Amino acid sequence: MDFLVVQFLTGLAGASSLFLVASGLSIIFGVTRIVNFAHGAFYMLGAYIAYTLTERWSGALGFWGGLIAAALAVAAIGALVEIVLLRRIYRAPELFQLLATFGVTLMVQDLSVLIWGPEDLVGRRAPGFRHSVDILGQSVPSYDLLLIALGPLVLGGLWLLFHKTRFGVLVRAATQDRDMVAALGVNQRWLFTGVFALGVFLAALGGALQLPRDAVSHTMDLRIIVEVFVVVVIGGLGSVGGAYLAALLVSELNAFGILVMPTISLVLVFLVMAVVLVVRPHGLFGKPEGPPRAAIGGLIRPWRPLSGAERLGMAALFAAAALLPLVAGSYVLSVGTEILIFALFAASLQLLMSAGGIASFGHAAYFGLGAYGAALGAKSLALPFPAALACGIALGTLGAAIFGWFCVRLSGVYFAMLTLAFAQIAWSVAFQWTSVTGGDNGLLGIWPPAWASSPAVFYWITLALAAAGVAAIRAIVFSPFGYALRAVRDSALRAEAIGIGRRGVQWTAFVIAGGFAALAGALFAFLKGSVFPDNLGIPLSVDGLVMVLLGGVETVSGAVVGALVYRALSVVLMSQTDYSKLVLGLFIVVLVVAFPRGIVGSLQALLPRLRRARASSIGAAALRPAE
Amino acid sequence: MSAPLLSVDHLSKSYGGVKAVQDVSFTLERGELLALIGPNGAGKSTCFNMLNGQVRPDFGRIRIEGRETTGLDPRRVWALGVGRTFQITATFGSMSVRENVQVGLLARHGALARMTGFAGRTLAAEADDLLALVGMRDAAERPSGELAYGDLKRLELAVALTNEPSLLLMDEPTAGMAPADRVELMRLAAEIARARRIGILFTEHDMDVVFEHADRIMVLDRGRIIAEGTPATVRRDPKVRAVYLGEGHLFGSEAAA
Repeated sequence: MDFLVVQFLTGLAGASSLFLVASGLSIIFGVTRIVNFAHGAFYMLGAYIAYTLTERWSGALGFWGGLIAAALAVAAIGALVEIVLLRRIYRAPELFQLLATFGVTLMVQDLSVLIWGPEDLVGRRAPGFRHSVDILGQSVPSYDLLLIALGPLVLGGLWLLFHKTRFGVLVRAATQDRDMVAALGVNQRWLFTGVFALGVFLAALGGALQLPRDAVSHTMDLRIIVEVFVVVVIGGLGSVGGAYLAALLVSELNAFGILVMPTISLVLVFLVMAVVLVVRPHGLFGKPEGPPRAAIGGLIRPWRPLSGAERLGMAALFAAAALLPLVAGSYVLSVGTEILIFALFAASLQLLMSAGGIASFGHAAYFGLGAYGAALGAKSLALPFPAALACGIALGTLGAAIFGWFCVRLSGVYFAMLTLAFAQIAWSVAFQWTSVTGGDNGLLGIWPPAWASSPAVFYWITLALAAAGVAAIRAIVFSPFGYALRAVRDSALRAEAIGIGRRGVQWTAFVIAGGFAALAGALFAFLKGSVFPDNLGIPLSVDGLVMVLLGGVETVSGAVVGALVYRALSVVLMSQTDYSKLVLGLFIVVLVVAFPRGIVGSLQALLPRLRRARASSIGAAALRPAE
Repeated sequence: MSAPLLSVDHLSKSYGGVKAVQDVSFTLERGELLALIGPNGAGKSTCFNMLNGQVRPDFGRIRIEGRETTGLDPRRVWALGVGRTFQITATFGSMSVRENVQVGLLARHGALARMTGFAGRTLAAEADDLLALVGMRDAAERPSGELAYGDLKRLELAVALTNEPSLLLMDEPTAGMAPADRVELMRLAAEIARARRIGILFTEHDMDVVFEHADRIMVLDRGRIIAEGTPATVRRDPKVRAVYLGEGHLFGSEAAA
């Protein structure tokens, strides 16, 4: 019993930092409508800078001053990011905003390794709070009690700020109607910058306050951001009170989950989140969003199936790809096989993003489930190669069917956050359920049978399956179902009025996309001979998004080109540098800001102009004799 | 005697303390054009949204050809033969004009779950017939995203006709259009309604359109029906003049006097 009380207090203490970060995210979203993926990075920066400052400055004043100064410094960095980057993309689709801020996260990760080194850093204990307090015969760190008190204090402070100051009133007004506030002569730019800095300050303070409790590491950003996403999905985006309640709930679930299900404690959080979403789709205190913004930007020209000549061209490309083993060595073939696998993976994501208009930030979950399904089928069930592939597809499809059922209840940023949270949960199950998945060590020795094991044969098998998969996805886009999917994306209102149900259509697409991703993952397991939790990880999901974006999110299957270019680039470029995340992050940001149409999208926009230019020059030539 | 096409009994809806629609009852027959008019905020759109299932009424019943539809969602209501156009047009911006209609036709044929075959080629002739009906045949290949507003309204009408509705709900069908186009669009809708025996319920702010085409007019004010009848009766009604039209002289009051 006493032990439970202590566990409860630990949960309360953990809730404070979580609340600080989540409320910052919520405030920023309320005003700017941007879900700031980089929030975890600012949290981490707060901890790192606080470490440096508190090591330099001595005494109690030095320590507490160091925490505050660190949070202020990070807030200044945040303001800079807002001015340089976010101001350019406020009007862009949500997907672009999430990706750009994720790019910032990647850059911060590498920069912090560069500055503070790869090792975990243990900071000073808080002066005056080094000891434990006796509660019911159990010792509780006094610093935890301080944190417990801090949560409601910050909540009260924010309430005062929002209700008793001019700035706060403006923020609340902007949360309700941005355009009206602008029409009343408020300088929006500085209001946005101020709000962003405030949100970042809260995140950084949350990070800095963790210093005496926990080591500072360069993985704490992704860990917190997933928890924060869960918190805001449960509490409701834009609601500070909801963030507090949900932070309490999640922290307590974590604290007690360890006791109930020590190996897979995150599952408990997932179950609660699922229940909340079924009962209240917009979170405990959230309000329904307005009509979702277009998931992909601008006006799209109506898509057309390939013409006869274009089909011949594709067949020629396929034939050329099939001839590769005659000229290439086994290294090139294995790179080629990998590219094909990612082309299929990216194409499956593109079905959701381009035709469905829903941006999944956790698509790697189904890739990874496919890989684990195939590996477990081959090892534990001793299935033959084709059956093991089918087993992978089955597991991935099942996962997509279950997760998708929850995800399609939401739209826009909620959808993106929920897919990410599900993927992270799948990752942590793979990571923690050691007896089945091998945990961090993964599953090894997944090789194709002798007849398929030569690089050339495996390449051909992959080529056939990937090409068939991409062709099938294209066929689906142009089938009646594909039109229903686009109809729901273009106008859910009109679609409902002619008998098309949004959820059913999007769920079906989600399951199909999950199935194709699982096929890609199953092939990947046999290519590498092993499966690791990384195959379900966020970085892989983001790779998929970047491939679609690079190819062109407004195209039908530009992702194939995106996958080709991106994998080839990463093989060539990433081997040249130790700071691959920095390069990738910068690449993503530049892509989003300067090149949003992608390769195929840009070409398609260019072609009609070229044709018109040529036609008019021909027309001019034809006129000349008549002169 | 068979049940009326649409019969509404004691329909009510409140938002918080605001009684948006109170105790509204009326019927509509096939081939009839019934106009629902009233000042802004009178409850017209709320009334519409309840009829096609977007909003759930607090009280009251809605029956279509005798079948209870109260509380059904828009998809089910559509399946019973109700077409709808919106105050702010809702079309599929990434598709061509013809494809917009094809989606509606595919939905009617229950074929939208099919994952094989090219949807752009199915039911094209039927789609073109509907487009010809609304005078959009020549624009069939154009991207609907680049249409002028008046053309979008016509396209919406074609899409609403895809399920061969018996009842058409048109929420401000001519809002945002040039005056000449307004009269033309309503004339078109009226012709279609009479030829196909479709009952049309529409809201409208343009009184020329209302008094030229409506068989019957209902006047809504603060959620209640204050007058109902033929255009001539409604025009003479002193309550309508006072509450809705004010004291000014509008739409040919000299002729009525």
